[in-house]
This record gives sequence, C-alpha cells and structure tokens, in this order.
Amino acid sequence: MSQTGQETGQEIGPGRGTGEHREQERGLDASPKVSDRVARTTCYMCACRCGINVHLRDGKVRYIEGNRDHPINRGVLCAKGSAGIMQHYSPARLRKPLLRTGERGSGQFREIEWEEALTLATEWLGEVRMRDPKKLAFFTGRDQSQSLTSWWAQQYGTPNYAAHGGFCSVNMAAAGVYTFGGAFWEFGAADWERTKLFLIFGVAEDHDSNPIKLGLSRLKERGVKTIAVNPVRTGYNAVADEWVGVTPGTDGLFVLSIVHELLKSGKVDLDYLIRYTNAPWLVIDDEGAADHGLFARDKDGKPLVAERGGDKVVAYDKKGVKPALKGRFKLADGPDGGREGVPVFELLARRYLDASLAPEETEKTTGVPADQTRRIAAEIAETAFEKEIVVDQPWTDMKGERHDKMIGRPVSFHAMRGISAHSNGFQTCRAIHLLQILIGSIDTPGGFRFEPPYPRPVGLQPKPHLGPNLPGEPLQGPHLGFPEGPEDLLLEEDGVTPVRIDKAFSWDAPLSAHGLMHMVISNAHARDPYGVDVLFLYMANMAWNSSMNTAGVMKMLSDRDEDGEYVIPKIIYSDAYDSEMVSYADLVLPDTTYLERFDCISLLDRPIGEPDVLADAIRWPVLEPDRDVRGFQSVLLDLGARMGFPGMVKEDGSPRYKDYADYIIHHERKPGRGPLAGWRGKDGDKTGRGEPNEDQLERYIEHGGFFEIELPENTRYYRHANRDWQEWAVEHGVQDSIVENVFQLYLEPLRKFQLSAEGKVQPAAPESHREQIIRCFEPLPDWYAPFEGEAIDEGDFPFHALTQRPAAMYHSWGSQNAWLRQIYGTNPLFVPGAVCDSAGLKDGDWAWVISPHGRIRVPVKRTDAVNPKTMWTWNAIGKRSGAWALKPGAPEASKGFLLNHLINELLPPKGDGMRWSNSDPVTGQAAWFDLRVRIEKAEAPDELSLPQFPPQENPLPKPPENVTWGKEWTR
Amino acid sequence: MTLLPAPSTKRLGLVIDLDICVGCHACAVNCKEWNTGGYGAPLGDVDAYGVKPEGAWLNRIHTFEVSPKDSPAQIVHFPKSCLHCQDAPCVTVCPTGASYKRSEDGIVLVDEDRCIGCGLCSWACPYGAREMDPVEKVMKKCTLCIDRIYNDNLAEIDRVPACVRTCPAHARHYGDLGDPNSDVSKMVAERGGFDLMPEAGTRPVNKYLPPRAKTSPNTPPKQSEQTESLEATGFLGWLDKALEKLG
Amino acid sequence: MHPAISVILFTVTSGAGFGAVALIGAGYPLSDNPVFFFLTALVAGALAVIGLASSTFHLGHPERAWRAFSQWRSSWLSREGVASVIALTLFGIFVLARLFTDLPTQGLGWAVSAFSIATVFTTSMIYAQLRTVPHWHSWLTPAVYLAFSLASGFLLVAAAGKASALGEIPVALIAMLILLIAWALKIVWWQRAAGASLASRGMTSGSATGLGKIGEVRLLERPHTGGNYLTREMVHQIGRKHAAKLRFIALVIGAALPVVIAAAVAWWEFATPVLGLAFVAMLAGLFVERWLFFAEAKHSVSLYYE
Ligand SMILES: Nc1nc2c(c(=O)[nH]1)N[C@H]1C(S)=C(S)[C@@H](COP(=O)(O)OP(=O)(O)OC[C@H]3O[C@@H](n4cnc5c(=O)[nH]c(N)nc54)[C@H](O)[C@@H]3O)O[C@H]1N2
Ligand SMILES: Nc1nc2c(c(=O)[nH]1)N[C@H]1C(S)=C(S)[C@@H](COP(=O)(O)OP(=O)(O)OC[C@H]3O[C@@H](n4cnc5c(=O)[nH]c(N)nc54)[C@H](O)[C@@H]3O)O[C@H]1N2
Ligand code: SF4
Ligand code: SF4
Ligand code: SF4
Ligand code: SF4
Ligand code: SF4
Ligand SMILES: [Mo]
Repeated sequence: MSQTGQETGQEIGPGRGTGEHREQERGLDASPKVSDRVARTTCYMCACRCGINVHLRDGKVRYIEGNRDHPINRGVLCAKGSAGIMQHYSPARLRKPLLRTGERGSGQFREIEWEEALTLATEWLGEVRMRDPKKLAFFTGRDQSQSLTSWWAQQYGTPNYAAHGGFCSVNMAAAGVYTFGGAFWEFGAADWERTKLFLIFGVAEDHDSNPIKLGLSRLKERGVKTIAVNPVRTGYNAVADEWVGVTPGTDGLFVLSIVHELLKSGKVDLDYLIRYTNAPWLVIDDEGAADHGLFARDKDGKPLVAERGGDKVVAYDKKGVKPALKGRFKLADGPDGGREGVPVFELLARRYLDASLAPEETEKTTGVPADQTRRIAAEIAETAFEKEIVVDQPWTDMKGERHDKMIGRPVSFHAMRGISAHSNGFQTCRAIHLLQILIGSIDTPGGFRFEPPYPRPVGLQPKPHLGPNLPGEPLQGPHLGFPEGPEDLLLEEDGVTPVRIDKAFSWDAPLSAHGLMHMVISNAHARDPYGVDVLFLYMANMAWNSSMNTAGVMKMLSDRDEDGEYVIPKIIYSDAYDSEMVSYADLVLPDTTYLERFDCISLLDRPIGEPDVLADAIRWPVLEPDRDVRGFQSVLLDLGARMGFPGMVKEDGSPRYKDYADYIIHHERKPGRGPLAGWRGKDGDKTGRGEPNEDQLERYIEHGGFFEIELPENTRYYRHANRDWQEWAVEHGVQDSIVENVFQLYLEPLRKFQLSAEGKVQPAAPESHREQIIRCFEPLPDWYAPFEGEAIDEGDFPFHALTQRPAAMYHSWGSQNAWLRQIYGTNPLFVPGAVCDSAGLKDGDWAWVISPHGRIRVPVKRTDAVNPKTMWTWNAIGKRSGAWALKPGAPEASKGFLLNHLINELLPPKGDGMRWSNSDPVTGQAAWFDLRVRIEKAEAPDELSLPQFPPQENPLPKPPENVTWGKEWTR
Repeated sequence: MTLLPAPSTKRLGLVIDLDICVGCHACAVNCKEWNTGGYGAPLGDVDAYGVKPEGAWLNRIHTFEVSPKDSPAQIVHFPKSCLHCQDAPCVTVCPTGASYKRSEDGIVLVDEDRCIGCGLCSWACPYGAREMDPVEKVMKKCTLCIDRIYNDNLAEIDRVPACVRTCPAHARHYGDLGDPNSDVSKMVAERGGFDLMPEAGTRPVNKYLPPRAKTSPNTPPKQSEQTESLEATGFLGWLDKALEKLG
Repeated sequence: MHPAISVILFTVTSGAGFGAVALIGAGYPLSDNPVFFFLTALVAGALAVIGLASSTFHLGHPERAWRAFSQWRSSWLSREGVASVIALTLFGIFVLARLFTDLPTQGLGWAVSAFSIATVFTTSMIYAQLRTVPHWHSWLTPAVYLAFSLASGFLLVAAAGKASALGEIPVALIAMLILLIAWALKIVWWQRAAGASLASRGMTSGSATGLGKIGEVRLLERPHTGGNYLTREMVHQIGRKHAAKLRFIALVIGAALPVVIAAAVAWWEFATPVLGLAFVAMLAGLFVERWLFFAEAKHSVSLYYE
C-alpha cells in the first residue's frame, strides 16, 4: 500500500494514492446475466405504442427497454414505459369481477365469479337490446381496440357508441381530415430529416411522445430552428429556439396574421395551390340564393374553374387547364346559368389581406408582439421559398403527369391540444393547415408528412350511420364518420332532436366525427334527449379526470329519481385498476394488464405508421395473469356470442371466436382484410389483403410484435396527389379505390351549414342555433373568441387556467405506480410572477381559484416562464382518497387537485334560456382550455386542497409498505 | 481503498446536453429500473403507496427557471447524476474503503458490502449525487452502469448506460472524456461543455452542454428578410404577373 | 443540515468526555481515594464511549463499524475511529496502572491526552473538511470543538477533582477563563459563519447549474414532489429568527450560567463540586449550540433543491 500522496493543495484536501482496485476482491461482477428470455411486445403505458423488449427472469419482469427495430421509438423508452414494471405489479390491480353492494361511489363490492358476472351482463344488455337498443350507451376511453368495440356496438344495434376522441382531439382530426385528408394528431409528422424550420403549437407531450422527442433531437443535431407557440414554456417549448407566449385561444389570430403577411408579400406557392387545392374553384356569388357560397359545379357535380385569360368555365380536373385565381366569371354552363362565380383564392386573399389581421392589430388580442409575428412570417417565407428542397425522385400525379423531381418547402408544423381544446379549435387548426398549404408544405420534402394509412380524405371516410335501430338488429354501418352537410346529421323526424345520447351529429356539433363522450353522463342524467338504461364504459375514468365538473358528474352517477331508482339505472365498467370510476359501477369486469393480453393496433383503427412505413402491431401475453381477470376484448366477444350477435356466432349459434386472439386472426371486415395487415394469406406471404393465416400472431411475435413495410421511394411525398401511392395503397389493402384528395381551403360543408342556419336549405337549423352556426362555420378558416371568455365579464375572471400532461404520468394511471408517483405526487398551480405579486402570493401559499362554475383551493408556485395572463398545472395528478390502492392521506388526494372542478360541461348561462355545451360548435370537441379564472389568497391551516371527497373503499388487499424490486437478483 | 488512484487516462463519463433535455424523466426512471435489479442492493422505496413515498434514485431531473435581463424567463430541465469527479471528495472521506474510484476508467463506485451507511460521502459530494438506500441502508450512486458497459451478455450496441440508451431526446452521451478524440470530447470542445460548480474543486468528468441562445420575441425582422410589402390592392396585380411566370 | 440527535449527542458528550480524559491524562489532580478516582475516570471515559456508541446509531450498518478503522490515511472519520480507540485503550491502561501499580504513568498520561485531543480534532475535521458546507469549512471549527471539549471536560474534572486551585489560581477562575475563551471562539465562529454563505464561496444556483451566464437562476420544480434522502439530510435550514433565539438560549445556558456559577464558586469559595452544576448547564447549552451547528449549516446540495 504505497502512497504517492499527491496533495491537491487544498486547504483540507483529499489524499491520493495508487489505491488497490482489484475488482475480483470487491466481488464486482461487471457482466451479470440480465434475463432468461426477452419478450418483444408493445408498450401500453400510454397511447404512443412503442416497441418494448421485456426482459424476464424467474418468470418476472427484470427490465423493460425500447425495441431498437421498432418504427415508433427506435429503441428509446419514456419514463412511463420504463415504469411498466410497477404498473404491471401494481397493488391497485383488480382481481376478480365485482358486484356493487353499497351505494354508488362508496366502493363497496362483493367479488363474484366470471360466470355470474357474464350472465348478469348478458341479462342487462340483452334485455335492452331486444327492447330499445338505443338505451345502451357504450363508450370507451383510452383503449386502442375501437375497430372491435365499434363493431360490437354496431352488432348490438345502439346508435350510442363512441370512444374518447370527442373530449380529446377531434378538432385536430376533423380539421385535418376535412382540409387535407390527414391530421396532426397521430396521422402525420414533420419531415424531421429534411425540414429547415419547425413550428409547434400547443403541445406539451402528445400521443407521438417518443417520435416527437426523437424528431426534435434530430432538428437540434442538424441545427434547425424550432419555434414553439404556447402560453407555457416547459418541455418541448423550453428547448425551442424561440418561444411565442401566445394568450390562450388566440392562435388563430396569430396564424392568420402570418397569412396576412405572406399574402401581402406574395409569398405563396401558386403552382401548388393550383395543382392540389381548391384555390381556383369557383364559388357561387349569388347573395340570397340557396347555393350562395357553394361551389359552382357542372352537371356531373364537378366543381368548376375559370380558364385563365379567357372566360371559359370548365371542370377543375380538365387536362391542361390553367385556372384563374381571381376575377368574376359567368357560370354559363351551370344548371342556372347567368350567375357569377369567384375563385376561392380571390375570396381568400381579400379576407386575409384585411387590415384587421395586420400584426399590430392582432397583437392586442394575442399578446404576440407585432415584430415577432412579422419576423416569423418572414422566416417562414424565406425558408419555404429561398431554401427550397429538390429531391430527385420521379413520381406520377393523379392526372397522370410525370414529375421528375419532388419540390419541398421545408417548413413543418405540428399542433395538438393547445389548439384543439378550445371552442374555436376547429377553425384555428384549419388556419394552421391553410398556412401550411399556402406555402406548399404538406407532404412535400421538408414539410408535414402523412403517416400511412393517411391521407384519407373525407371521400374515403364513412358517414355516420343511424341504421334502422330495430330491436335485436345490427346497425348497417359505423357510428362515426364525416358528414358533408346538414343532410348527413343524425336527427329525429323533427329535424331538431338528436338521435344520439351525446348529441353528436346534431345541430350542437354537426361534424362531431368522434362523438362527445364528455356529454354522455350529463345528457343521460338530464334525460336529454332521453335517459339510458345501461351505461357501459371501458377504460375511461369518467368519475374523475376525464369529466368536466367532476363533482357534478359524481353526483349524476349516484343520483336517484322520484322512484328511488338511480337515474342512470345500470353501470357496467371495465377497468384494470381500482380507479375512481370503479366505485360508481354496479358491475366491474376486471381487465388484464398490458403484459397479459392480446391487443391489436390495427390499420382499421389507429395504427402506428410513420411517414415512410406502413405498420401495425400487437400486444401478446408475455405473462400469465395471477388474478382472476380476463382481457376485455375477449369478454366483449363472449358477451356478443351470448347475445347472439350475428357476426359473433356461427350458424349453429355457438361462439364464432374463441377469444380475441382468434378474432384477430380470423375476423374479416371485408374479404381478405382483417385487423392485421402483416403475414396474411394461408402461407403468410401476403400483405394487407389475403385470407386469414393461422400463424399470423406467431409471426408477429417472432418479429417483435409489429409488422412494417417500407414505402417505395416514389410514394413518400405528395401522397395527396400521388398516383403511385394510391396504387400501392390499394394493392396493400390500405384503401379500396383510388380517391381524389384536393385540399379544401374553402370548406363547402361548413357553408352548407351556414345556409341551413340562414334558413335557405332543408333541414334548416333551429332558430336557437342559427346565430352560432353562421358565426362559427365560416368556410374559410376564421377566428372567433373562445366562448367561455365571451360569456363572462373579463374583469371578474381575468386569467386563463390550463393543464399540461407531465411527460412522466399518463392521466390518472400513474398514481398507482410506486416510481412515478414519487415524481408527480402533488401538483401546484403555477402562477405568473406579476399575478403572485398583486395577489400577495408566495411559493407554498394556498389560493382559491375561482371560475364561473366553482372554486378550488390549491397550493401555489411562482413562475415567470409563462404568458402573463395564464396559470397552469399538471393534469390528472389529484386523486380521490381511497382510489388506486393508495393509503389514506396520500398526497395525491390531500394536496393534489383537479382543475376539472372549475370546468363545466355547460357554458355560463347567456340569457337565451339555453345552457350551451362547453364544446367547439363545429365538432363538439370539449373546450377544456377555455377556462377563465381569478385567484385569491387562501388560508389553509390544514394544508388540504379543496374540494375533498369522502374516501372510496377499495376491494383490494392492503398495499405493501416498501418496494424493493429485484432484490432476489441482487447481492 | 479510499485514496484516489493515480489519474487514469481513460475517464468514462456522460455529456448532458441542456439544449435538448425536455425534462421527461425517462433517463431517471430507466436508471431506476435497470439498477434496482442490478448492481448492489435494490433501489428501495419506502411508504411506496402511502403518505410520504420516498426512494433511492441515482439520477434526478431538476427544473430551473432562468431569467435573462432583456428577454422572457426560460426553463431549463436539468438532469443530474454522479459526475465521477477526478478529485472525488466522496471517496477520500469514506472511512471504510467502500467508496472508491476505479483506476482503470475513473468510475466512482460504492462497494456496498463494505458500506456502513455513515452518510459522510453524501455530505462530501457537492452535487447531491449520492443517496442512502432507505431500506438497505447502504449508499447508492450512479455506477455509470458498469454492469452494462462491460456486460458480455448484452449486444455490443447496448453496452452503454441505461439512461443514455433510453433518452428519447438523445440529450445524454457516453464516452471517454479522457480521450480528446472521442465523440464526447469533441462535442464538449465544440459546444463549450462546462463543469458544474467548478469552485467545489472536484474536477468532474461529466460535462454539460449549455442551451443555445434563444431568439428574443422583440427581435425585429432582419432588413434582408423583411418581406417586401405589396399593397393590399396591389396583391391581385402581383398575382397576374406571378401566374404568368408559372406559365 | 439535518440535526440528527445521535450526532449531536455524540459530539457534545464525547467532546466533554475526551476533554476530561485529556485533562486526567495530563495529570489534573483528582481524589486520592482510588474508588473516587476510578469513578471520575469512569464518568469521563463513559461520556466518551457513550458519545462514540451513539454515533453508531446513525449508521446504516453498525455491525460493520469495524471496517471504519481501515482508511485512516485519507478519511477523518476513520482517523477519528482509530484515535478514539487508541485514546480510550491507553486511558484504560493508564487508569488501571494508576490504581493497581506503582509504575510511572506520566508518560502514558501525556499520550492519553494527546490521543484524546487528537480524537476531538479528528471529529471536528470531519465537518471542517467539507467544502460543501462553508459554515464548517474553517480552522475555527476544530478550534471551537477543542475549546468546548476542554472547557466542558475541565468543568467535569474540576467538579470531581480535589484541587481548589491550580498553582495560585482558583480552579473556578480557570474554569471561568476557559469558558470565556471557548465561547469567545464560538462567537468568532458565528461571526465568520455569518459571512460564510455558499455564495461567498462562489457557489450559487448559477454556478451549480452553469446557467448563471444566461440570467438569474431559480429552481422551478424539484425533481420529485416527494422528499428524498438529500432533502431530509441536507436541505434543512431553520429560520433566522428561530436561530437567533436558540443562540441566545445556548449562550445563557451554556455560557452565562456556567460562568456565573464558576464566578460564584470563586467569589464565595464554594466547594468545587458545585462546578458540577456548571458542567450540566454547559452540556445543555452545548446541545443547543450543536443543534444549531447543524441546523444553520447550508449544504451546496440545497442549490439544486431550493
Ligand atoms: N382538466 C383536464 N381534463 C382533461 C384533459 C385536460 O387536458 N385537462 N384531457 C382530456 C383528455 S384529452 C383525455 S383523453 C381524458 C383522459 O382521461 P381518461 O380516459 O379517463 O384517462 P385515464 O385517467 O387514463 O383513465 C383511463 C382508465 O383506464 C384504466 N385502465 C388503464 N389500463 C387499463 C387496461 O389495461 N384495461 C382497462 N380496462 N382499463 C385500463 C385506468 O385505470 C383508468 O381508470 O382526460 C380528459 N380530461
Ligand atoms: N405523458 C403523457 N402523455 C400523453 C398523455 C398523458 O396523460 N401523459 N395523454 C395523451 C392524450 S390522451 C392526449 S390527448 C395527448 C395530448 O397531448 P398535448 O397536446 O401535448 O396535450 P396537453 O398536455 O394538454 O398540452 C396542451 C398544451 O397546449 C398548451 N395550450 C393550452 N392552450 C393553448 C392555446 O390556446 N394556444 C397554444 N398555442 N397552446 C395552448 C398548454 O400550455 C400545453 O402545453 O397526450 C397524450 N400523451
Ligand atoms: S411513449 Fe412511453 S408510455 Fe407511451 S408507449 Fe412509448 S414508451 Fe410506452
Ligand atoms: S431522458 Fe433525456 S430528455 Fe428526458 S430528462 Fe433525461 S436527459 Fe432529459
Ligand atoms: S459527483 Fe459527488 S458522488 Fe460523484 S464523484 Fe463527484 S463528489 Fe463523488
Ligand atoms: S456511507 Fe458508505 S460509502 Fe459513504 S462514506 Fe460511509 S461507508 Fe463510505
Ligand atoms: S449511468 Fe446508469 S447508473 Fe448512472 S445515471 Fe445513467 S442509468 Fe443511472
Ligand atoms: Mo386525449
């Protein structure tokens, strides 16, 4: 032990010697065995659906890592995914079917056998089906089996089915699909490899959780500028090179102001507009006529354009036509000739060149400095037109014209719920798409790219189906779809009363392509339009964080009518964990965890395609359940068979499918097309189309749980107009036929609704809705102030309050997770510094936050990296005491809080005697982020957030005190 | 032993890019997940489902707000684990020899069998990189995933720390900071990588890359990129010419 | 820093114990009655041992404490262990030799003193070596520890001993003097500590994160909403008002009261055992002082947590 004693000359310094570092002596094993085997499946700690390698040791999960080959995550894994071990072994897992014994909400249950549970469910559901099927409301939350659940609901015959899209992101999906046949959401992505300027609007985390982070890091590596538009500057917005701290709900104005600037300086891609959009289409100008504002069409219904330099009006797709973009043209050929039409582009230019959209004007509302708007417009223009990308890749367009290269305008955009969760979100999202299209950047190199199976324009999408609604009869098509005018609404004979319990596809929300799940309970409770007999929910915590006005909803779920019966008579619920919703169910069907079941991430639903690959995936049981639980999809098939749904039984009445796995393999939606696209055909050599393959699931499992096929080079851009893509897509079963996809800058269906609101066409909108429809259904992207802000006195509620997804938590699921709950066990309200100062608030103080609907008491944290009128908190951290197997006094329940108590599903009364839904009037999207508040200092000697609720009992064994995962594998 | 070894030429460590860390905690949780079943005792969690849940973590993500004089406050997400200091005071204070720095690659480790759980090393660490395990009562710290980087049971490509492999934003890089030609050293040189708290005299191996400068909202458009403005009425005239050019 | 009772108990009692042992070793005149001598030595030794023993309470693995003797070449904690064991062993031999043999013990006595003082010094260096805690990182820390050790040890032996005066100077007067010197050192220590902030050592949130170049740095969110070992152990600080109050209490009980008692003993020529009261008061004051020593100290980790 010789000491070299090199003193470091510090006052009191550490010694240094050669030391001894023979690791054997220390017993260090630097090369330990990791696991016995690795099972590759799909993560479900959130809806991003990354590939995971589950390392199993002694039959337990040792480690979960990202699958490097997987198209979504390329090997990385987020915090939630990495905490999968704690989710899978959570003490909050349900163990057996439960039958309620106490009052609704009490959490008192008796464990029952599956046979009893299924018999009971069959009785309840079967009786309603034979009597009045619409009295079943079947709604599903975070699940990814909508192609099964919707089919089940069709087979049942109820019109009342939807998934959670209505409270989630339908504005994004609908605005995108109607405008260009794609959507931000999860149906497209920025061209991370080629883009030269990236703008991201209103995103904290998003569904494409890992792809966005991977993408942002590529941009950083390439030195590409990112601009984040968001009232809050955390996460993606923190790392962006520039932050636009926009005032909530005003992005539309900001974007239209950029459009104004671009038009003013002529920075638009005219060639792109002429080729791929309806910019040249003629709009009938015949004030007062029933078709004023609709497209002028020829006798085949084809929209017309005017030939440039003449006055000939021809079908838009006539070969070689050089259409005019401005002027007035006689519609000589039309059914009633003599009238005039104006190209969309001229209407558009006039609209957006209006002085009210100048940056100096919009600044007053958006809070975005005029200089910033102007500079960003200039940067967009410069990047799009002076940094043009040319890819030497020949392709053929829909008119058969060969192009020898692909021109790119390398500005890309992404947007999510900061845009969509406002009552003006549909229009705002359209405004962003307008901007993208004007500079020619959709599905061009460096721009925003479709993820297959998208693009899927309205022409490829279904219409909402009503079906005959006869007892015991299936519906004739899918519930949800994309109406193209008032004629596609689902209304009773009177032309006013909604058919659906959530009032989707009614005058309240005509284009509600995903339904309005957030209205189901309150409508059923109000029996408006009617009451339901059975409420059947799956994977949605509707008694808590996915409802507005949570306390109110809890009451609605447990309210009784004059006869002492529950207003909502029966509630069946499937959850895997002891959530808040469980306590309100009469019958609980316990699901497996994501490592214990088959799941199907299907092209028929929300697949996992990336711009260059068509892909789908499965989950499979890498572990056997150690509880008496069943995969819900298998349970649904079982119930369907018990009720004798035509699709679910054989001729002899026996079940057609043994379980979900059997269904995944054998179910054919159309001949040769089933849930999975990979390894079809008897020998597994077909893709997309082909007869069922008995080994299909085996092949998926071997391949890591997913299937992918790379797109040919000539189909990777311009897919809206790319014949090569269309042919490939048809060949691979992505679509049935070749379909035109002309970008709809001017959205005619909206105009049709305006006409019916003007009383010009039938069905005419009811008086009560006319003003709103005329105002909000502008066929060109428009901005109007969010509704809640309009309904209140600005002085009473001067601030905006928002939630954000924390990257390391998935809604309410995370709190049962021993690791994740340490990171986010409570949530403060982040309040702008100046607001703190004027309200006398310091870090750690408590405050009353008051909205037009209620008040909550919360802990406060100061921040300056935020729009000065905006306060925010992390979403869904607050919990009800007793839920999620957490012990009494858990911080989630004592200090954590939900903003949802301040948000109402109905707007403040406007004096018209009506309570309007707090939703986007076009799509029914829940307007979570329209919330307006004021804040006051509060006393809280008990340090409890308010409101508090009586604890729910839980039917589970006590959770362990400590967790020492992996102890048996360590020394 | 707890004397520091003669400085090694190989200095394995991490480079963390604050310009792209989005604060997602992925690295922290994956670290916990890998290490709780790996090196040494499990990373325990006490009162795991109770009122004060608390556990041992080797890597934690802090969030700072930075207010420049003339532009709006910004947020920087800040991951922190052991920096594997060259002059590691946590090693020399250890009375038992449990805490040591490896001579071959500079990794600082705790030999948990020798650790008496006195906590002194955690006091000596300026950065809060050491945490006592609440269940096993031994000192835990980042091992630089020594049981990954030298693990023959893993594919070559996976022989990197768990946090590096998992980071979705690629904000974490691993390599030999003693080799000026390594990727990480070059990255540090190019980006002005820096030491945390240099005044603590610990000479960390790990380096941090600073956030790049942000554009301030009030920056006016550059003269050159200023869009030449067409009068609103002139727009349609411009359109004629532009269409003509298109042919 | 978190003021752990076991560590406070340890530093105060073992300080007093080793102070007394050092003085006994140095030949402080104790009773000629062997039983009384033995008891006095036992009390001194016991205080030192109790202190040491209590220090193992805060160990995660006390059963491995023996390992702590191995790293004396670099670790002050290890050195403390080694020094204390040597000091106590020698002291034991010294006491036995004094009681049961006629062998000359003065040489051994000096060794006992030296190792006892060394033990107290090593204890103090455990704290003084930490650059992470600027409050502590000073030569004044060992000075104060040694002074308190000797002062409290002196009160103990003076109370137990037979001398009423050393040379010409009354023991009580000496006690007063040592007390005053020790507390004067502590006051100097406090004064220095007031200026020894993390910032004064260049440690700021700006340098801790390297973000100071961009602007003012402020923690927005801790990594976890719950606590952790570090926040419990190191990110604990008491309010300034509270601290001032406690300082006052420490000074009254630990300084003023013993000084007054010593003065009374000197003035009215009470018997020296009355100084035992002063000893008890001082120990009580030192508990408060030591509590503050920890509670007021700020660790650089706090820059990442507040
Ligand atoms: N204030 C505010 N509220 C919001 C939002 C907001 O931004 N702000 N966002 C809204 C949006 S977009 C959404 S999508 C909703 C989400 O809200 P929810 O859809 O309610 O999402 P979760 O809280 O995750 O609840 C889903 C339920 O699924 C259960 N579950 C988890 N895994 C499984 C499983 O494997 N099987 C089964 N059967 N059940 C399982 C969980 O235990 C939980 O009870 O919240 C909405 N609420
Ligand atoms: N980790 C994690 N990932 C998730 C989820 C989760 O719970 N946890 N949930 C999943 C689900 S269901 C969904 S719907 C997605 C949603 O993912 P995101 O779209 O990221 O939704 P939020 O987290 O609600 O973030 C909304 C963002 O919009 C901002 N914002 C609010 N109002 C405005 C506005 O008016 N203008 C602008 N520009 N910004 C605004 C908010 O500050 C916030 O940053 O995330 C999915 N991914
Ligand atoms: S983003 Fe995270 S939680 Fe979601 S699927 Fe991917 S790894 Fe799992
Ligand atoms: S995983 Fe990467 S981006 Fe996420 S917190 Fe860690 S370093 Fe930052
Ligand atoms: S960061 Fe702390 S624990 Fe790691 S080597 Fe440096 S001083 Fe030691
Ligand atoms: S806690 Fe363990 S590793 Fe740390 S100084 Fe004490 S014995 Fe050494
Ligand atoms: S290197 Fe390994 S131990 Fe260290 S922080 Fe990263 S994952 Fe954790
Ligand atoms: Mo959502």
